[in-house]
Amino acid sequence: MSEDQSFMLDGRRVPFQDGQTVMTAALAAGIYIPHLCFNPEFAPHGSCRVCLVKVNGRVQAACATPAASGQIVQNETGELREIRRGILQMLFVEGNHVCPACEKSGACQLQAVAYYVGMLAPHYTHFYPRRPVDASHPEAVIDFNRCILCELCVRASRDVDGKNIFAVQGRGIQAHLVVNTTSGKLGATDFSLADKAAQVCPTGAILTKHRGYEIPIGQRLYDRKPISVVGDVATVAESKGGRRHE
Amino acid sequence: MAESDILTQTIHEIVQRHGGAPTRLLQILRDVQDRLTWLSPETMDRVAEELDLSPIKVRGVAEFYSFLYTAPRGSYDVLFSDNITDRMLGNRELLHYLCDRLGVHVGETRADGRVTVGTTSCTGMCDQGPAALVNGHALTRLDKPRLDRIVELVNRQTPLTEWPREFFEVASNIRRADILLGRHFADGAALRAVLKRRPEAILEEMVKSGLRGQGGAGFKSAAKWISCRNAPGEEKYVVCNADEGEPGTFKDRVLMQDFADLVFEGMTLCGRVIGARQGFVYLRGEYRYLLPSLQAHLQRRREVGLLGSDILGEPGFDFDIDIHLGAGAYVCGEESALIESLEGKHGVPRIRPPFPTTHGYLNQPTVVNNVETFAAAAKIAVEGGAWFASRGTAESKGTKLLSLSGDCERPGIYEYPFGVTVRRVLEDCGARDAQGIQMAGPAGHMISARQFDRRICFEDLATGGSFMVFSHRRDILDGVRNFAHFFVHESCGFCTPCRVGTSLLRDLVTKVHTGHGTRYDLEEMRKLGRIMQVACHCGLGQTAPNPVLDSLDQFPEAWERRLRSTAFEPAFDLDAALEQARQLTGRSDPDAYLREEELMLGAMP
Repeated sequence: MSEDQSFMLDGRRVPFQDGQTVMTAALAAGIYIPHLCFNPEFAPHGSCRVCLVKVNGRVQAACATPAASGQIVQNETGELREIRRGILQMLFVEGNHVCPACEKSGACQLQAVAYYVGMLAPHYTHFYPRRPVDASHPEAVIDFNRCILCELCVRASRDVDGKNIFAVQGRGIQAHLVVNTTSGKLGATDFSLADKAAQVCPTGAILTKHRGYEIPIGQRLYDRKPISVVGDVATVAESKGGRRHE
Repeated sequence: MAESDILTQTIHEIVQRHGGAPTRLLQILRDVQDRLTWLSPETMDRVAEELDLSPIKVRGVAEFYSFLYTAPRGSYDVLFSDNITDRMLGNRELLHYLCDRLGVHVGETRADGRVTVGTTSCTGMCDQGPAALVNGHALTRLDKPRLDRIVELVNRQTPLTEWPREFFEVASNIRRADILLGRHFADGAALRAVLKRRPEAILEEMVKSGLRGQGGAGFKSAAKWISCRNAPGEEKYVVCNADEGEPGTFKDRVLMQDFADLVFEGMTLCGRVIGARQGFVYLRGEYRYLLPSLQAHLQRRREVGLLGSDILGEPGFDFDIDIHLGAGAYVCGEESALIESLEGKHGVPRIRPPFPTTHGYLNQPTVVNNVETFAAAAKIAVEGGAWFASRGTAESKGTKLLSLSGDCERPGIYEYPFGVTVRRVLEDCGARDAQGIQMAGPAGHMISARQFDRRICFEDLATGGSFMVFSHRRDILDGVRNFAHFFVHESCGFCTPCRVGTSLLRDLVTKVHTGHGTRYDLEEMRKLGRIMQVACHCGLGQTAPNPVLDSLDQFPEAWERRLRSTAFEPAFDLDAALEQARQLTGRSDPDAYLREEELMLGAMP
């Protein structure tokens, strides 16, 4: 029954199956819709709002909108680009994202999406929050300054690793990532680099220790081709500069 | 018994009282805090153990709600309502007066642990402010003599039960009644009607009535009930949204205080129509003073066969109602966030679709209606849909309760047929000098005198009932700034544009309000507001920029007179930024400070 189902996206016919969203159907058709909290391996979350598209004239998150026959979807428009750019700028001023000093620079999805939507400066006034770095774990370090609250590590640790190591606590602008131990330190958990949670961060918030700058700047994941061609950092193999565990 | 054993015992008893159900987590944490004044890490871990939940989940819930404290708090916890209407009545002066008299700073606990004084969002007493809460109980009509008494009571450690009753008196102030408030209703009449006429006939009356969601969203109530009735599910639920958090509205408080039976009857009717056996009232934490009387009403209804098993002797007509208390989170007024909260979680709105009518409480079909909607439904079942639809306009049938506050002689509750003009309402409440109205609360719309002939109805000015009057004596920007702070405090933090955008907007409003803004900043606010309106995950963020955007359109002069003549002004204060350097180097001499002229010269090429 579902073979003939399709919707229109920027003038192109996109087929879909029951249960697919605008995002997953577009992805399957090779169309890029910028996103951060979405990862095809997880249920949609809908929090970053970067994947906003217009569905029949209404702005909606592509990751959370069920695909339906006859939908008219707009993706690459000036208006949406401006909204997405605004959201990226908000993320950049909310945390402390210092690209030139970050090991993830060039292989960071946040940075790559920012470039993709034409963001060249954060524009808004920086909040400069004070967030300590957690280097208590022997293999990994968490730099909370770079966390964008996508909750991918939360979901991966809870749903895939079965460890439930991370959570987001606090309300509003106070919302922050926490580690599920009395001390709040990653070192007190059974977190491991083999965990799914270690591979899904779209920024440099969760980093591997004792390794750094193995791929020189200029040859990194997004240095030569845009994210719309390369894909998410979590879906590219580690040997190619991504995060997917081999 | 050792102290830790007493703690374990206390928590065990409270958890058992709630049947050990994780869905009761918020209620359990409230009760535990009532006993212990705050939730220590140890306390939260014990609660987690008792409920077999992850400790991080319990902490997540505790940190989300404003009225749950994860740091020590005074045995007397005083929170001043800080809505703009309280400010109009002079609450800031009273707040500082009380702090001075008690020897405590705003937001801090006195060294002896006796008392904490802070502020909170609107407590729904706008017609009888300035208002506050003490240990969650509503205080009204505060003035200096009353505060002097409170200082004595606190310093003498007088238990709240022995405080003068008049401090806690809450008046209903019903100024105008129409078909909902004015007509007698015989308990059980709607339930007799549904038993006699079958649910299908009642649904037909509901359709005929044209009743729409009285919380302000205006969704057709009959459509909700029908969708839920037809949805497959093991259990179905009825939820009454009494989380009346929109600043300036208090009509649900009056309905729960004076017309609780009518509301419970509407819920029970809904239960019969959709096939639900369980109902919940989600009562905002600020209204906890109503709890004993509401429980008494429920008990009486059980005793006379209007609630419980075999209602009115009808075999299988089973329905009961449970009251959940909120804990200071405006976002829980959004129906899917309310359901999350009802399930014992922190109140983050769900992705929709699916909607609650098919996937609501515990993922089962659920009707969530406003207090006023249930009250109207009960009347419609008795009097008929045509009777209800004879009032109002083409698209907005029946009447609407308005909560009047701000600069008017007779604040209180006014019931009007839909379609009434703003001007008529202003005349009736004695607002002679209005320059503008904040309609439907901060999330609604700000209108100026040019628009006073507009009508209150879904076709024109939709409202949940908040109606705050600003006279010419007021600075509109005081209101805008107050509302901007409100949204920062109430954003749940889930989605980027609301979490970050509300703070950015507050900072921009403050910059202009304090005389540092330029035309560029006004344009920035417009752009940011437009992004938030379309990009946010739920109605809270989508409406958060409304006060800014509306006031820019309706009261441009209020903004313009604050502007600097320069085209651009930095958001940071260079001199203030040097403070840390001055402290580090121990400098306090005049040369260590930048003067305004130097800053201006420095900016020149």
